[in-house]
Amino acid sequence: MSTHRIRFTLNGALAETAVPADRLLIDLLRDDLGATGTKKGCAIGVCGACSVLIDGVLLSSCLVLALDVDGGAVTTVEGLAAANGELAPLQEAFITEGGFQCGICTPGQLIAATALLAEQRRPTDEAITSWMMGNLCRCTGYAGIRAAIRAASEQA
Amino acid sequence: MTFDHHGATTLSDAFDLLARHGDDAYLLAGGTSFVLLYQQGLIRPGHVIGLRGVPELRGIHRDGQGHLRIGATTTHRQAETSAVVRAHCPALAETFGRVATVRIRNQATVGGNLVHADPAQDPPPMLIALGAAVILASRSGVRQVELDDLFVDSLTTVIRPDEILRELVIPPLAAGTRAVYLKFLPRTADDYATVSVAAVASGGRVRVALGGAGAVPIRAHAVERAIAAGATIDDAAAAVDADIDPMSDIRGSASYKRRMARVWTARALRRVLA
Ligand SMILES: Cc1cc2nc3c(=O)[nH]c(=O)nc-3n(C[C@H](O)[C@H](O)[C@H](O)COP(=O)(O)OP(=O)(O)OC[C@H]3O[C@@H](n4cnc5c(N)ncnc54)[C@H](O)[C@@H]3O)c2cc1C
Ligand code: FES
Ligand code: FES
Repeated sequence: MSTHRIRFTLNGALAETAVPADRLLIDLLRDDLGATGTKKGCAIGVCGACSVLIDGVLLSSCLVLALDVDGGAVTTVEGLAAANGELAPLQEAFITEGGFQCGICTPGQLIAATALLAEQRRPTDEAITSWMMGNLCRCTGYAGIRAAIRAASEQA
Repeated sequence: MTFDHHGATTLSDAFDLLARHGDDAYLLAGGTSFVLLYQQGLIRPGHVIGLRGVPELRGIHRDGQGHLRIGATTTHRQAETSAVVRAHCPALAETFGRVATVRIRNQATVGGNLVHADPAQDPPPMLIALGAAVILASRSGVRQVELDDLFVDSLTTVIRPDEILRELVIPPLAAGTRAVYLKFLPRTADDYATVSVAAVASGGRVRVALGGAGAVPIRAHAVERAIAAGATIDDAAAAVDADIDPMSDIRGSASYKRRMARVWTARALRRVLA
């Protein structure tokens, strides 16, 4: 089994570590680096709880090998708020619009919606629905999530 | 036991690694199929060869003869949003966009999709209907295989262990060609198709192919012959029964899929012929 030294930024801070070839990014984040905001739901690419951005691209950390983030920039839910702890407008909108209940899916919803708003400043409701269909939520019925994303996009 | 990972930097480097590790080697592109199969213990390669650093497998362009060429490690999202793909065939760009969710499309590659060869995948029927081919490269040379001839069985293709899928080639489409891909999703919008139908019509001829209707993506020769012989759309769609061999699974029983294949074939034909 090969071991790989990797260097990448996690929410702007340099991370350097060694990983076995079959380490998954989700396990590196949660178990090795203690960044437990990212959740493991299905572990088969379906639920979206493990969503992260790698160099700005929305990916499932349960399907990505940790060694593949070498040289890259990883953003997780911990990286969305400002350095002084002030929440991002999207996070505020999830609170004011009822975008979550139990909260287990919320880190993934926030990351997926961040990627959407980076690509489309004012997405239509249809665009929001089709982009977000890979992030399952068992509580909200989705209306609050859609409203939160719409509200955040109108502020931008 | 786990594997050694080798990131190939050129196609030649990848061939060397394949030659060195033989049966114990596994090619890795986006990794969506690989990680799932590995996590389930269904594959245990000793050596994994990463292909994403290989420049010869990247890029999308139209060549001098008007063929659209898509590099194997292009992601579905790149193909879906490519202006070059859209200009060549908007329905093909849309088909790449029907695969799973944007998060999966950002990772899964178009080459990995064809090699994985699950019969319910979306791009294969559309590519068959468009008359596409793949270029397979190995140390001993290069060969072109029509999509029609690529699939042997569920999860099995004619690609040899020493070969790497280099690119997809989609021929130029005659002016006025109409193409459509319809995916029947009775469960959720991000699911694999229960059945799917691609149809491409040009100059009075039509090519039809189905996904989820057998162990491989299926070219609907009986439907095509019926249209060529002047049958009505409904009669031609009924002929699909002779083309397909669906299996019962969580997405529907075999008899349900037969009925739905007929319904969705008629819809696809109407979209390109009516
Ligand atoms: C949650 C989920 C949902 C999905 N839903 C859909 C769907 O709705 N529709 C659909 O069509 N598909 C769907 N898929 C399947 C997906 O399209 C394939 O898993 C994916 O395209 C495989 O590509 P990859 O690059 O990730 O492959 P990898 O996992 O890297 O490789 C897949 C296979 O191809 C081989 N390989 C890869 N590249 C090459 C190459 N260049 N030359 C030779 N061999 C190669 C590998 O050795 C391996 O056997 C889904 C997958 C997931 C995980
Ligand atoms: S845990 Fe990765 S998609 Fe569900
Ligand atoms: S808030 Fe509970 S699953 Fe989404």
